[in-house]
Amino acid sequence: MSLYDKTLSELRAGLDRREFSAAEAARAFLDRIAATDPRLNAFITVCADSALAEAAEADRRLAAGDPAPLTGIPLAMKDIFNTLGVRTTCASKILASYVAPYDATAFARLKAQGAVLLGKVNMDEFAMGSSNENSAYGPVRNPWDTTCVPGGSSGGSAACVAARQAPAALGTDTGGSIRQPASHCGVVGLKPTYGRVSRYGVIAYASSLDQVGPVTIDVRDCALLLQAIAGFDPLDSTSVDTPVPDYAATLQPDLKGVRIGLPKEYFIEGLDADVRAAVEQAVTTCRSLGAEIVEVSLPHTEFAVACYYLIATAEASSNLARYDGVRFGHRTATAGNLIETYSRSRDEGFGSEVKRRIMLGTYALSSGYYDAYYLKAQKVRTLIRQDFLDAFDKVDVILGPVAPTPAFRIGEKTADPLQMYLSDIFTIPVNLAGTCAMSLPCGFSGTGLPIGLQLIGKPFAESDILRTAYAFEQATEWHKRKAEI
Amino acid sequence: MSSHYEVVIGLEVHVQLTTKTKIFCGCSTAFGQTPNSQTCPVCLALPGALPVLNYQAVEYAIRTGLATNCTIAPQSVFARKNYFYPDLPKGYQISQYELPTCRLGWLDIDGEWGTKRIGITRIHMEEDAGKLVHGEAPGSSQSSFVDLNRAGTPLLEVVSEPDLRSADEAVAYLKKLHQIVVYLGVCDGNMEEGSFRCDANVSLRPVGQEAFGTRAEIKNVNSFRFVKQAIEYEIERQADVLDSGGKVVQETRLYDPQTGVTRSMRGKEEAHDYRYFPDPDLVPLEIDAAWIEAESALLPELPDARRRRYQEELGLSAYDTEVLTAERPMAEYFEACVVLLPGQAKAIANWVMGELARKLNDGGLAIAQSPVTPRLLTDLLKLIEGGTISGKIAKTVFDAMWASGHEPARIVEEQGLVQVSDTGAIEAIVDEVLAGSAAQVEQYRGGNEKVFGFFVGQVMKASKGKANPALVNELLKQKLG
Repeated sequence: MSLYDKTLSELRAGLDRREFSAAEAARAFLDRIAATDPRLNAFITVCADSALAEAAEADRRLAAGDPAPLTGIPLAMKDIFNTLGVRTTCASKILASYVAPYDATAFARLKAQGAVLLGKVNMDEFAMGSSNENSAYGPVRNPWDTTCVPGGSSGGSAACVAARQAPAALGTDTGGSIRQPASHCGVVGLKPTYGRVSRYGVIAYASSLDQVGPVTIDVRDCALLLQAIAGFDPLDSTSVDTPVPDYAATLQPDLKGVRIGLPKEYFIEGLDADVRAAVEQAVTTCRSLGAEIVEVSLPHTEFAVACYYLIATAEASSNLARYDGVRFGHRTATAGNLIETYSRSRDEGFGSEVKRRIMLGTYALSSGYYDAYYLKAQKVRTLIRQDFLDAFDKVDVILGPVAPTPAFRIGEKTADPLQMYLSDIFTIPVNLAGTCAMSLPCGFSGTGLPIGLQLIGKPFAESDILRTAYAFEQATEWHKRKAEI
Repeated sequence: MSSHYEVVIGLEVHVQLTTKTKIFCGCSTAFGQTPNSQTCPVCLALPGALPVLNYQAVEYAIRTGLATNCTIAPQSVFARKNYFYPDLPKGYQISQYELPTCRLGWLDIDGEWGTKRIGITRIHMEEDAGKLVHGEAPGSSQSSFVDLNRAGTPLLEVVSEPDLRSADEAVAYLKKLHQIVVYLGVCDGNMEEGSFRCDANVSLRPVGQEAFGTRAEIKNVNSFRFVKQAIEYEIERQADVLDSGGKVVQETRLYDPQTGVTRSMRGKEEAHDYRYFPDPDLVPLEIDAAWIEAESALLPELPDARRRRYQEELGLSAYDTEVLTAERPMAEYFEACVVLLPGQAKAIANWVMGELARKLNDGGLAIAQSPVTPRLLTDLLKLIEGGTISGKIAKTVFDAMWASGHEPARIVEEQGLVQVSDTGAIEAIVDEVLAGSAAQVEQYRGGNEKVFGFFVGQVMKASKGKANPALVNELLKQKLG
């Protein structure tokens, strides 16, 4: 078994037993990146030199018998996290040479626990997209089939783990952006409850929806990485000060006493037959593990995508106003006055999907339209949140598909933004409700593409979905399949 | 102005709070520092940075709301006001919109109109923008520079109802509000540095008409005098427009103190659509009754209440109370004296407003810097009351105290200033003066009573000011009578 095939837990054990050094581990992943990334384009920036230096420091700590939980563990970060001294592009031309003077809290916590940064991974520009085709640095390819998209926006995070370029990565999920690529790439991805992980230093797309989460090979790694980043941060007013449980301790191999709800709105016509079959098989597995299966309803599901594209774009239109060419980022070379500096810098710096969403959001907030769009969307959001709270009166976990289809082909949906938006129909409601959910492998399509299972939990009940996921994973072999790349 | 118009004025006042740090980050609010030295990722609006509310700014907002009779909202919401400008690093200003922290207050203003109640619509919290410096660096007359030290400084915006009917009322309201925020200690009141600045909305309507006329907004006026001048100019201008059959344009105008005129800055057609919406980076601000009560307990006694008390309990005149309460440090100095020497409020008031104020003024000092403390001043007054020195000598002693900071008793003793109340000693001087002033004695006895003052003066001079004036009077009357 190659070093790069190991899970985070296996790397931890191997490092602790001195089977290999942190430097060897880092080197193995850097070599793997060098060998495979020309075909995948998962990385925007590879930090070879600094990764080896950090690994050497980790080896010193290991030798001194003073390791932290992640000492010597190589990780990849979505290029949306500010990383001190390493450029942070957000996959945009407008930040092509931007180097942040501070670390995002989530990354700082990983660093403080000894993690080694392999590099910054590709994504849809400003996290806007479902296919990772909206990157100024080129699309990421799906390791299972390089003619297919990896999903988005955290496409690089999912693809790099699936291709074993990194044992784990962090992503962000605003409207399915961790779960959908995890599903398409056959890895585990978790979107924590809004407020569970600090957003400080994460470049904002839609502030009321953005949440940081782990992308890993298996459920145990997911619990370990969530443990490392979860918790209150005084620098993020929306982070919540509630205790963080020991996630790994809640993992157990059965589902006795767990009530699982199947929302009828998630098993609709138009759901791909392979996806439906895989998810239904997963239901059977859960039942056999002792879970009680209950039908539930999330009646406002059909309005979620429309609601999301008003709220997310409204917030984005404001969040992206700071990219004005004045203080940092791209500034046009041709402006003769202030207005031209603004309009040309932004025109040259932003890609077309980002521009589309800024315009949508600006419109939704405009005087005369605010009530009809933004305010109405907020009311719908409240109804969607209430749908989940009502369902969680009856069940502990909600189960369904992550995406209506497996990964689609590169270029297949770029001409039709609406079709693209609809691929997030099962993930978006969770962001609007602010609760937690994860994706884990539950099968493969007839063409060999991974299919993900979505588990949705009550607010701050990440333990519930991790426990369910772990029991399912223990009973199945899907997570053991590897993409051949 | 043509008297057939009624003037309608509403004011929006920006009050810069004296918190040590900015409203959404830990940077210093110190004025006049090296450009961009008081900044961090948050107030520079670097990607990924998030605001965290400074609770001291909230405390100050609550106190200001309570002092202006506002209702404090149990929940208020920060909103983003979106517009592009280089001094606004995020591309939006964090302010409050639909749910401000304070609502529906009032202030009473006094003047030739009597006492008038001016409504306060709302007081909301917001952050200040940075500052643009145009072409000041060498060889760069074409360039503008951005200084973000001020970006994120906490402000209150106090919005009045359109209840003001003249420039004088507007100034009285402004002065009242200024006095209150300075009393509270939430603002340093420095208008030159922009700590307290005002936008005035001015419109005219025919007398008897209920609907408001079209208003013009005069931006950023930073002195009481300029507010008066700007409003008066604007009233004349609008009256001329209306008299000549024209229409007032709704627009923003700037007052130029050099020329004394207001000129158009931008019209309504260029008005911004600020696309306000609740800031998702901040949670709603919850203020419960206990918090309001805690802030209420910290409020100082405000000028109006003090004025009433000084008149009713201490028997001071309206004028005296006005002067003594104008600034909180003077009122507190005065009250410290009253505690040390009860029953002498009028005498204390005279000394504080007279000798002390004169000395402070001459030296350009604040009352807190006075070398004569309330204890020294009241000790001096006790010497007068006890007859040890005369009021006249007391002024000499006061000057000496000012210079040395010494106890008045020590100064009196060292300089031999104890009042002479020995009848025999004074009688001798009186006799001597009368003997040497035969002509004046003749005049006095002939009915010219004014000459009496001359004798008093001579006796006091001969005694080097130490003779007890009452005794001198008594003896002179005896001898001349």
